[in-house]
Amino acid sequence: MAKVQGAIVVDREKCKGCEVCVPACPTHVIELAKEVNGKGYHYAYMANPDGCTGCSNCAIVCPDGVITVYRVKTS
Amino acid sequence: MDVKEIIKDENLVYKKTSLMTSNVLSYCPGCGHGTAHRIIMETLDEMGLQSQTIGVAPVGCSVLAYDFMNIDMIQAAHGRAPAVATGVKRTRPDKFVFTYQGDGDLAAIGTAETIHACNRGENITIVFINNGIYGMTGGQMAPTTLEGMKTATSPYGRNLRSMGNPLKITELIAQLPGTYYVSRQAVHTPSAVRKAKKAIRLAFEIQKENKGLSFVEIVSNCNSGWKLPPVKANQWMVDNMFPFYPLGDIKVDGQLVNAQ
Repeated sequence: MAKVQGAIVVDREKCKGCEVCVPACPTHVIELAKEVNGKGYHYAYMANPDGCTGCSNCAIVCPDGVITVYRVKTS
Repeated sequence: MDVKEIIKDENLVYKKTSLMTSNVLSYCPGCGHGTAHRIIMETLDEMGLQSQTIGVAPVGCSVLAYDFMNIDMIQAAHGRAPAVATGVKRTRPDKFVFTYQGDGDLAAIGTAETIHACNRGENITIVFINNGIYGMTGGQMAPTTLEGMKTATSPYGRNLRSMGNPLKITELIAQLPGTYYVSRQAVHTPSAVRKAKKAIRLAFEIQKENKGLSFVEIVSNCNSGWKLPPVKANQWMVDNMFPFYPLGDIKVDGQLVNAQ
């Protein structure tokens, strides 16, 4: 069965660390970083990239539209 | 497979629409305005209406919407967006015209303009963001503030005897014969965003067919005004706002879905 693997790219400088994407992720991939960006926000990042399926739920709820989603089928 | 191998242009699934400018949104972290802006722009992008749409920005937090929406925009005086949109649509009936208004703009100072534009059945789309508070000016009580809700001007909670009842303006305008489609949506979860986007698409399609006024309310959060972190504000919205402002279509094809 073909497996789907995804990845997200977060625009760190535009992320405001609102955390809305964290509960939206069905596979608990996203967490907020300990580091902060130029504005002092803890930006979102992929904490366990293996779980990402590229469903784009996080990008859809992101109020600032900073998440870009990629997806591939791996056999 | 390594993450770097996945992140390639050919594997792209979702990115911010080009109809949103690259400016950083001026809204607080977690504010529903950003999501609402984006789904409207995605809808226009999918329908290919970028060059044919004129938006009317309100006064309020979203006063700078013209900085973020990459289409032609006008900024109207406080509450007068439906009146301005009426003028634009009547002079340029071939254009798509929508207003984007908050609850302080649409339900308070602009009540007359809203009700009369809806009653005349102007062929425009109104997107109404309801967060139950005046966000930009510092969280004062709005007409849509819930009973018992604490705001800067109702520090002991809204008292119905002295401050009146919360206004369900969406149900009110649904009674008017001029409105063709009235719906209430939210943008706090992925499924809610998808439903809201469908409602906005339907609203623009109704305008395309000259059927009458389409009105989409989006129940949103105001985490700064409510003094809650974004995720808790969304939960508070589900627990308190949705029982009073239930989601779903209120009027479809000019017929009330269920009499309220």
